[in-house]
Amino acid sequence: MSELHTADDETSADSGDQWNLCLYVTDRSPKCLRAIDNLRRACEEHLAGHYHIEVVDLLENPRLAAEDQILAVPTVVRKFPSPIRKLVGDLSDNDRLLVGLQLRPPGSTAT
Amino acid sequence: MKNTVLTSLTESAVGPDLEKAPTGIHGLDQITGGGLPRGRVTLVAGSAGAGKTLLGLEFLVAGARQYGEPGVLVSFEESEDKVTLNVRSLGFDLDQLRRDGLLVMLSFRLDPSDFVATGEFDLQPLFAILDDAIERVGAKRVVLDTIEVLFGAFGDDSIVRSELSRLARWLDDRGVTAIVTGERGDRNLTRNGIEEYVTDCVIVLDHRVTEEISTRRLRVVKYRGSAHGTNEYPFLISARGFVVLPITSIALNYAASEERISTGIARLDHMLSGGLFRGSTLLVSGTAGTGKTSLGAHILNAACARGERGLLVLFEESPAQFLRNMRSLGLDLQQWIDAGLLRIWAARPSELGLETHLAVLARLIEDETPSVAVLDGIAAIGQGILAAEATSMVARKIDLLKSREITTLVTALGQGEGTSTETLSSLADTWLLLRNVETDGERNRLLFVLKSRGTAHSNQVREFVLTSHGVELVDVYVGAAGVLAGSARLAQQATERDAEVRQASDLDRRLRELRRNVVEREAHLVVVQDELDAERAEIDRIDLREGHQAADTEADRSAMATRRWADAAPSNGGQR
Repeated sequence: MSELHTADDETSADSGDQWNLCLYVTDRSPKCLRAIDNLRRACEEHLAGHYHIEVVDLLENPRLAAEDQILAVPTVVRKFPSPIRKLVGDLSDNDRLLVGLQLRPPGSTAT
Repeated sequence: MKNTVLTSLTESAVGPDLEKAPTGIHGLDQITGGGLPRGRVTLVAGSAGAGKTLLGLEFLVAGARQYGEPGVLVSFEESEDKVTLNVRSLGFDLDQLRRDGLLVMLSFRLDPSDFVATGEFDLQPLFAILDDAIERVGAKRVVLDTIEVLFGAFGDDSIVRSELSRLARWLDDRGVTAIVTGERGDRNLTRNGIEEYVTDCVIVLDHRVTEEISTRRLRVVKYRGSAHGTNEYPFLISARGFVVLPITSIALNYAASEERISTGIARLDHMLSGGLFRGSTLLVSGTAGTGKTSLGAHILNAACARGERGLLVLFEESPAQFLRNMRSLGLDLQQWIDAGLLRIWAARPSELGLETHLAVLARLIEDETPSVAVLDGIAAIGQGILAAEATSMVARKIDLLKSREITTLVTALGQGEGTSTETLSSLADTWLLLRNVETDGERNRLLFVLKSRGTAHSNQVREFVLTSHGVELVDVYVGAAGVLAGSARLAQQATERDAEVRQASDLDRRLRELRRNVVEREAHLVVVQDELDAERAEIDRIDLREGHQAADTEADRSAMATRRWADAAPSNGGQR
């Protein structure tokens, strides 16, 4: 990813089983802020110390929308582990968030 | 957004001076009276492969190249490379336009299975990227192709719906002239009813196959604030792009030349007061084998002999067959082909499809720039096709030729005035009818001039004779027995000639006879005169002798008396 991205490093653990998530937003709209909160909460709960969230503001660099093929915000893209998963919306539906991201840390069951 | 809503409400009644953005598609601009509504959104709806993308691209390319209006293309169906490749064959170099800063292309591939919807969202990135692209090149035109793909892509269509509605208003607000394309739906114009948001102009494209012949049609369903052609206009996608050929608009504004050109048949030129007007249309109808094609060959031959270019479209024959047949009439057309003046193209319309046939013709006209064209055997166009469609296609061909001021001869199979050729006759400036007349066990061809606009023309019938040195027109014999042609004419002519000869020799004989009589009588007169003279002479002679005798007698008597010493006595005897 280019240097234009706003990256919020939540943890600084080594890669390996490190999840790599990218959240596309436009500015600080209520939907986007909600999405950030929802994503962080879910990650803290299920992936504490094993995740990395990159927040990309498409208003700052609109051309990234074409490059990354993002038309709707907020959109979360799970870049690692593969396969790539894409979730659209403010992530207020927690069940769909967990199912969509396949957020199941080793040895635990879903909420 | 409140502002936008208010603006669109107050501006709902647009005046007659609505500004338009030309599409560069000639026929479409004619139908819409100048193009699409400037600064507004136009919906182009059609099924897959109907030509929506091409229409949008031509709009962008024309804007960039001809009208100084750069554009943005957002494709939701195909990649930029693929779009570029698809239209390269039409002569659109999108890469060059992009390098020249006249076009921005963006593409999005949206697979519904990619996304999981997890709550509220909006399409702000689309707005942002459009805004960025418009700013980047100063775009005045935007095409979104096919925006309906967004439905179903994110799981929640109600949000997509409201976002597209917002997008339409945003585009209006932005002042760009936009085209959004939509898939044709079963009940609505588009599958997802996006015509609800696009209220200014709606164009529907249709691709129909009737009896295995495909025809594309275009219709302007709605054009707020502007008059527009409401018919379905056939169009075609040719090697040069999108071509709409509205009948009504082309037909009536072409130039009219005063120049006359020869048909190659002197007597026919004479019948038409000196030939055909350049750029006029000559319709030759007649039954099979009446010599329609030969007439066409003459016109082409005459044109090429003048150094002009000719185009021959054969609907029923092969070029080789045509050339051979014309050679038998003493017309060597091969020399003009060799000289590069004549181009022959033979194809059955039913093989290519009507629109393709028209497209090829259009291309040939552009390539060959002929001054004379002959469409031979257009009856074949109706084979296996609905007659109305075929006729309208021929009409468009004639229009096309007429608009280029090409003198055109069209031959059509038809019995006479009351057939399907009638519909074409209104397009023709001159209409010749060739008719076979069957008499005395033979068929002879007669030529009539049914009409000739702007020309004093002969009202007489001529016999049309095909000879080894071309077509000849011969006066027919009109007499008590009606119109005679062929052998009957020849026989009649022979009879008349005989009679004349006979009459001449009769007179001669009579004259000679009379002269002889005169000579005879004069001779006779001389003889009679001689006799008369002789008789007169005789009379004189006799008179003289009598006188002498009397005197002699008197003398004798007195001599006797003297001798007898007698008195004078009456003498009753004596000689006379």
